[in-house]
Amino acid sequence: MTHAHDDLSGLLSHAEELYRDTSFSAVRAWKRRTGGLALGFMPIYVPRELLAAQDVLPVGLMGGGEMEIIRGDAYYQSYICHIPRSTIELGLNGSLDALDGVVFPAICDVIRNLSGMWTMLFPGKLVHYLDVPQDFDPAVGGAFYRDDLLHLSRKIVAHGGRPLETERLRAAIVAYNRANGLVRELYELRREQPWKVPTHELYLLLRAGLVVPVDEQIAMLERYLAFVEDDDERRPMDQARVLLTGSFCEQPPLGLIKTLERTGCYIVDDDFVQVGRWIRHDVPTEGDPLDALVEAFLHDAIASPTRWCESEAKGADLVRRVEHSGAEGVIFCAPSFCDPALLDQPMTVAAVERAGIPWTAFKYAENAGQFQVIREQAGTFADSIKLWSGA
Amino acid sequence: MSAPSVVPKDASQDRQKRMIAAHFDRLAEVEERGEKAVYTFVPGNLTELLLSFGVAPVLPEINALQSGMRGLSKDYIARAEKDGHSEDVCTYVKCDIGMSRGGNVGPTGKRLPKPDLLLLSYTGCFTFLKWFELLREEYDAPTAMLHVPYQGGGTITDAMRKYVVDQLKSKVIPALERITGRAYDEDLLSEHLARSAKAEDDLVHVLESARHRPSPIDAYFGGVYYIGPIFTAFRGTEDAVDYYAELRAEIDERVRLGLGPVTPDGELEKERYRVVVEGPPNWTSFREFWRMFVDEGAVVVASTYTKVGGVYDNGFRHDPSRPLESLAEYCLGCYTNLDLPTRVDMLSRYVTDYEADGFLINSVKSCNSFSAGQLLILRQVEERTGRPGGFIESDLVDPRYFSAANIKNRLESYFQMIEQKRSRGDAR
Ligand code: SF4
Ligand code: SF4
Repeated sequence: MTHAHDDLSGLLSHAEELYRDTSFSAVRAWKRRTGGLALGFMPIYVPRELLAAQDVLPVGLMGGGEMEIIRGDAYYQSYICHIPRSTIELGLNGSLDALDGVVFPAICDVIRNLSGMWTMLFPGKLVHYLDVPQDFDPAVGGAFYRDDLLHLSRKIVAHGGRPLETERLRAAIVAYNRANGLVRELYELRREQPWKVPTHELYLLLRAGLVVPVDEQIAMLERYLAFVEDDDERRPMDQARVLLTGSFCEQPPLGLIKTLERTGCYIVDDDFVQVGRWIRHDVPTEGDPLDALVEAFLHDAIASPTRWCESEAKGADLVRRVEHSGAEGVIFCAPSFCDPALLDQPMTVAAVERAGIPWTAFKYAENAGQFQVIREQAGTFADSIKLWSGA
Repeated sequence: MSAPSVVPKDASQDRQKRMIAAHFDRLAEVEERGEKAVYTFVPGNLTELLLSFGVAPVLPEINALQSGMRGLSKDYIARAEKDGHSEDVCTYVKCDIGMSRGGNVGPTGKRLPKPDLLLLSYTGCFTFLKWFELLREEYDAPTAMLHVPYQGGGTITDAMRKYVVDQLKSKVIPALERITGRAYDEDLLSEHLARSAKAEDDLVHVLESARHRPSPIDAYFGGVYYIGPIFTAFRGTEDAVDYYAELRAEIDERVRLGLGPVTPDGELEKERYRVVVEGPPNWTSFREFWRMFVDEGAVVVASTYTKVGGVYDNGFRHDPSRPLESLAEYCLGCYTNLDLPTRVDMLSRYVTDYEADGFLINSVKSCNSFSAGQLLILRQVEERTGRPGGFIESDLVDPRYFSAANIKNRLESYFQMIEQKRSRGDAR
């Protein structure tokens, strides 16, 4: 389905509407229209192709943003990050009723345990803990992962989904290759001309893409790309180019992203909504498509604090990203109490320091409303970068 | 884990002390003796395999908890935080990093060897992965990863078992062969596994003795001593077999005499409350924490913490006839590798089987693996058993998060609640 938003601001308000709609009306509407199943998935990555091939709408769950938490806090101690409490809140207040289940990928103990909580709180719903491998040998970790995907696929069938068929899976891969390719294109354009693709806009498109079918996401991305490419009014400004890292799960409030941009930063690379960028290139469409998805996960995935890094020094990938994006500094921007991000940080900070790259760090919660301290810190950081780059 | 000195000594306790001292002595001499040191974790440890290669296991978690008990952890954590480690993350990791940066002198005052291999048995906790990435940077040591899948659906599947066995064959064993220059010897491994099974029988007997009234043991505060050898470097050794046989005989004798558990203040005279505890203890104020229970006449009759290094009271035993499969099942079955519904089942069963008056959760700030979801566990176990649950918060080795007055208050109100229920006749 396409929307008749014939200008950029219409498209962006549509994306923002989808992003802010914690009752997932778009998902409800899709279900009414198609009668299909909808499955939520937690960050960071699930192979959406598999779900789509079984006529399931994959719905990315990235917390409740700034919404008020009434019941979710009673499920978590103060020293646990915010996303699980808002996710529970959404479940308990009925916002997620349209979902037939949720897939919990193995990224940390909080999401892992949330899978068991979901089983207890929402009996009858499909719950799948997707235990992505940390062994990247196709015959070992690959075989295990393939088996796990087939297990998920069978559970979908047991919940009324369509059985997995090779050609449908191949078609879904083609569609997601297109969507993910457009995301990469936008990231590339932002690297080259960050004034054309402000991050708060790109971010809204990524978030909107999590709750609509892939063809709709493709249409939105294509239209956005066409709008901004043609927009000559977007002119370069004197901003510091920064890479933002650590925000791969619980997301920063949109206000934080805007604050960073307003304080003089061009965000030229980031970790937001990585599901569409987890696999670096197109998934091959020849051969067995399930094997292709497995192989892509094993050998073409991005580095992540949640993934065992066996072949190179920690932080090497981040330094490469800094070089590739032309970032002049790194902002370590992780959610409070986020184990994978914060345990990783000393190693990546060390790598960045060894490479002589300026950095700064702060933490956030998805529901933060005040950015005064961050504004000052980021502003000083951006100024110091500009000073040095001008020197 | 060595016993606090105030506890009256049983022969088994002396034996454990000697075993631990000898182990740390050995670690101090690893380099001069030309031995190899392998760092690894308690949950999912492959001690028998390590023994079969003749390497010396170093367990950073145990060093951290020992440092906590000996008052060293505060400075180690401060050191790590000063070096950029977040205040939000597991304090075991920071304690270990701080210790390592301070010269890697172990809790007994002897130097620990550098790792020849970091054996990352990735069971039941994601932090382990980050921890060994950090240590790899500290020591520049090779790492072998053993990814143990989580029992997300509440069971061990064939695919999980095969995945672990395949990694043992293709990654772990070759890594051990590389650093030792020895070939894998399955017969030797099986011999160690047979000894493990024997010790496991005795450990289960000891833990289950708490079904008696009065319970002859405290299955949490006392329990951490009982699990010491089998959770660490000794599973599969003759020493462990002897230790558990001796301990079993001592506990049987206590049952025969109708005695309660030994506590930091001597024998508990009167068992007033029987409780089940979920979550790790606090190590920095371990005795003070224990005394809060003793003062109330509360005995812990079952705990989940004593299952982190292996769940044996469900019938699992290491099996010498299926060595690698059985190691895989062991890793897959450790407590924090169980999904939450299974944890709720287990706790509820403990409350009923051990005729507990209630159950308590000690939620530690460090550990998301344990803590995330505990408030739901609390409700579920209460609902299932009809017995009251209590909730306290502390930390493992960061003394800043042990608020004695607060915890004592909570415990007192909790036991009062049980008392009131009793007087109304609606508790057991
Ligand atoms: S924010 Fe971090 S700790 Fe929290 S659920 Fe996400 S990855 Fe896990
Ligand atoms: S998070 Fe918990 S299980 Fe993991 S290392 Fe820390 S204390 Fe141990």
